Amino acid sequence: MPADTVQQLVEPGQTQMLNQLWELQLQNGFINDNDIKLIAERFDLSTIEVEGVVSFYHFFHRKPTGKYTIYLNNSIVADIKGFNRIKETFERETGAVFGSVDRTGTFGLFLTPCIGLSDQEPSALINFYPFTNLNAIKVKDIIASLRNGATPESICDTPADNIRYTPPGNKSIFFKKFIDGSALANTAKLGAEGVLEELKKTELAGRGGAYYPTWKKWKAAKDQPALPKYIVCNADEGEPGTFKDRVLMSTQANSLIEGMMICGYTIGAEYGIIYLRGEYRWLQHKLEDAISEYRKTGLLGKDCGNIKGFNFDIRIQMGAGSYVCGEETALLESLEGRRGEPRTKWFFPVEKGYLQKPTVINNVETFCAAARILEMGADEYLQMGIPGSPGTKLISVSGDCKLPGIYEIEWGMTVAELLELCEADDPYYIQVSGPSGECISIKEKYRRISMLDLLARKDIRCGGSFMIFNKQRDLVKVLLNFSEFFKSESCGICTPCRAGNFIIQRKLERLDNGLANEKDLEELKSWSTIMKNTSRCGLGKTATNSLIFSMDKFHDYFHSKLDKDFNGLNLKFDMEAATEEYEKYKI
Amino acid sequence: MADMLNITIDGKSIQAEKGKNLMQVAKENGIFIPSLCYYEHIEPPLGTCRVCTCKINGKFGPACTEKISEGLSVEVNSEELKDTRKALVEMMFAEGNHICPACEKSGNCDLQHMGYELGVSSTRFQHLFKDRIIDFKPSRMVMEHNRCIKCLRCVVDVKTDDGKKVFTYQNRGNETYVGIDYDQEVKLTEEQAINAMKICPTGAIIVRGASLAAPFGERKFDMESVQKDYNKKKQTHKSRQPVMGKKIVATVSLAGCFGCHMSLLDIDADLLDVVELVSFDKSPLTDFKEFTSRCHIGIIEGGVCNSENVETLRKFREHCDVLVALGECSVWGGLPSMRNSIPLSECLEEAYLNSATSEPGANIIPYHEDLPKILDRVYACNEIVKIDYYIPGCPPDANHIWKAVKNILWGEEYSILYSEFKYD
Ligand SMILES: Cc1cc2nc3c(=O)[nH]c(=O)nc-3n(C[C@H](O)[C@H](O)[C@H](O)COP(=O)(O)O)c2cc1C
Ligand code: SF4
Ligand code: SF4
Ligand code: SF4
Ligand code: FES
Repeated sequence: MPADTVQQLVEPGQTQMLNQLWELQLQNGFINDNDIKLIAERFDLSTIEVEGVVSFYHFFHRKPTGKYTIYLNNSIVADIKGFNRIKETFERETGAVFGSVDRTGTFGLFLTPCIGLSDQEPSALINFYPFTNLNAIKVKDIIASLRNGATPESICDTPADNIRYTPPGNKSIFFKKFIDGSALANTAKLGAEGVLEELKKTELAGRGGAYYPTWKKWKAAKDQPALPKYIVCNADEGEPGTFKDRVLMSTQANSLIEGMMICGYTIGAEYGIIYLRGEYRWLQHKLEDAISEYRKTGLLGKDCGNIKGFNFDIRIQMGAGSYVCGEETALLESLEGRRGEPRTKWFFPVEKGYLQKPTVINNVETFCAAARILEMGADEYLQMGIPGSPGTKLISVSGDCKLPGIYEIEWGMTVAELLELCEADDPYYIQVSGPSGECISIKEKYRRISMLDLLARKDIRCGGSFMIFNKQRDLVKVLLNFSEFFKSESCGICTPCRAGNFIIQRKLERLDNGLANEKDLEELKSWSTIMKNTSRCGLGKTATNSLIFSMDKFHDYFHSKLDKDFNGLNLKFDMEAATEEYEKYKI
Repeated sequence: MADMLNITIDGKSIQAEKGKNLMQVAKENGIFIPSLCYYEHIEPPLGTCRVCTCKINGKFGPACTEKISEGLSVEVNSEELKDTRKALVEMMFAEGNHICPACEKSGNCDLQHMGYELGVSSTRFQHLFKDRIIDFKPSRMVMEHNRCIKCLRCVVDVKTDDGKKVFTYQNRGNETYVGIDYDQEVKLTEEQAINAMKICPTGAIIVRGASLAAPFGERKFDMESVQKDYNKKKQTHKSRQPVMGKKIVATVSLAGCFGCHMSLLDIDADLLDVVELVSFDKSPLTDFKEFTSRCHIGIIEGGVCNSENVETLRKFREHCDVLVALGECSVWGGLPSMRNSIPLSECLEEAYLNSATSEPGANIIPYHEDLPKILDRVYACNEIVKIDYYIPGCPPDANHIWKAVKNILWGEEYSILYSEFKYD
């Protein structure tokens, strides 16, 4: 059964808009007024609505972006690996400045947050092909080659997978050879209830960061009477410092496909969509190849793997540059061809998700783990990890260490052990689970990484990102990088996140400039808490996490940044900065 | 009879109809929960402003998007929640550029109203002064982006007869604004256009030729609070002990228009009593240029726009026990801060070189070492020194001023009437 027939059957209207916009963007380097009109007519929308969608996504442009469109990553890891030098080199070599195109229209330079290559920074995308481990000489060469007619495709890098560690004794769960169809066959044997039972036994919980029990989600969707139902794989991997899904898709696409099929079989869905972040466009063909292979061997399509009556097919939807689209309801909006604004909690996706139908959304790692559990059986899976937190976890390690890459650790490993494995270089603080996660000081290195004890804060739960910083790194600069990230990635629909991130950034700048006093610190904390308590989605709720944590853990550091002479009445004021502009008129 | 559910709000048991949201239920039971984006007929509720945040079964969440369920336990009026909701309203004032005395919607504006209800006399956040445009291009409307709070009402509710949206968000994050479709806007009927203006909780959508104007005192939110006990709320300026003997007061107008000083004198015959009890030190009222003694209270009108203002304000801080920021300009910048989203050089060049009234061939922007230096933007007084008390208004109500001042000087408890608390 060809995929496109299914597509037309179940996906009406605006759902195809993002793809069509992508086509135009790639074809012409931008989306012009005519295109907007055309698309508006095609989907029967007002032009402003199309403009609204286009302007939401980072990779859609309304002005030309050059023959070669270069996106340089400005995440904090890139920053400590020499981002500034690379940025200057790009500007010098291309004659363009960041945010614009050079005069000849050849090179367009743009900054973009983490592109999922933190283990090989500095890195950039040129026409969406990856270029990694950049240095000044390499940048020079790349630009020269492009000028001489080479295509980005022909000279790009193939990002290394950098799988640095799997549990000793060949006990890897994720990276063993996967026998196509084996998990599916077991699924059919166990039946839907059996699958849920296995997942429950293994305590598999969502690896996208929220750790919601997977069996519960699947069961809730299974119990919904409405049809059709959908399976969505969240491959938006936008949390800075995370790249585990990239490596899974690059090396284990088959287990991902099968994971989605198992879910489909369990809840009664026939259709799956992989929402792949725009930054991973270079991975698209790999996934597509794997999907075609599955179709060819009869594992996907009608009566998949000879299971009578079980039809399933998968398509890929490219995202277009937006971190918040990783939030599941924003992802759904985006899938439906709209702005990626998270929905309210009026309905849950398992009740009314994609096209208002019951939908299961899981992370790449969750689906891969589900496939492995069905392949190996829950009992074997339970041999790994610690009681209450069985199995293994993929961790993306980056920052100040000799061996950045993917570490498949058994739950229960301590931070100290992981630091040793990756040969961390004088680690001082570690950002766990990305900017929205928790920051820990080296003093806490004996904490275990597990799913346990979240409230007591004894163990630490890692969503996937593990960024290491040594003592030379300025914490306030790190926090400023994070706050810039959240400020520009906020969808803007709710007040505390849209305005709050901006306000927090201003305050951090005060701190950075030595103008702050004790009261500013108190306010930072109190305002962060307000954002946490009132934001509409996880982005705003977690945006100030690292700030709140670090103020507690690095108390002395923050105090060393304050205005020392503050008497409680006169606030420090930088008169020189405030009159600088006027001084221009001195005669 | 419809299915009834039992819930509790602040400990009070309530029976409510299944299918309603918490906001409706609270309202029916006379419990005030602030709201801005919520609009009765828009379903499901928008949940964008977050001003209705309560604690629902122990977790923070907005009341408007909460479908009630059996046994729901809701906390509305804890100190923390009250402060949190107030902070959100303050955030909207800090984020936009709200100059109420110059706004068509003033007196009929939901945002302003919430500010009054929650007693927002100053924002805890520094105003962001983001450059936002006023879009005059639509043929029948004007979009005042400075005032939009991104409530989503217009986006969801305003459509042409053939079902097309007229408004949609553009960009994202703090760059988000409501774009208007010029072609579709023309197709709205007069009634639909007026409805767009009405549905907007602020003065962001203005229909050309349609007026909201009504005399002061007769506008929608001028006189009566929706909270029954509003006028009974007693206030005192806590840190003060009553002062003995004759009280000494100093006043100044920085980047202000003297309107606040005029209002200060606007208490008619009471002024005679006041003069008996206080004496003025440095003040435009006495024309003393320097402080001659320590003062109990310093009243500051106007924000800080030049280097001299900074020095003056610092002197006030040194010589006065208590500083009161009087009026919008002093509180956060006010009208003069209109220049804050524009680079200083552009302002100066417009004023001295390019304006219609500048001398032909003028090429000088005044600069002399004896002249105060102009700051890059207008600052609120509390960005320079600690301010103890804020009195909003443009100008503030005379009763409000004197109640506050008397409290500070003599420790009298007082309550500001709803009708005395205004931003215009
Ligand atoms: C701002 C934000 C970004 C998110 N980004 C991702 C992401 O990139 N990948 C992901 O799998 N989950 C992400 N999530 C979590 C998803 O909302 C959702 O919980 C997850 O996809 C569910 O899958 P799981 O149960 O398998 O973890 C994000 C959440 C938020 C609030
Ligand atoms: S918290 Fe931020 S990202 Fe989430 S809905 Fe609100 S504005 Fe959008
Ligand atoms: S009246 Fe309302 S919209 Fe107008 S400036 Fe004041 S708060 Fe803003
Ligand atoms: S223009 Fe008015 S109705 Fe529309 S989002 Fe802004 S404040 Fe709300
Ligand atoms: S009124 Fe509930 S979020 Fe706006």
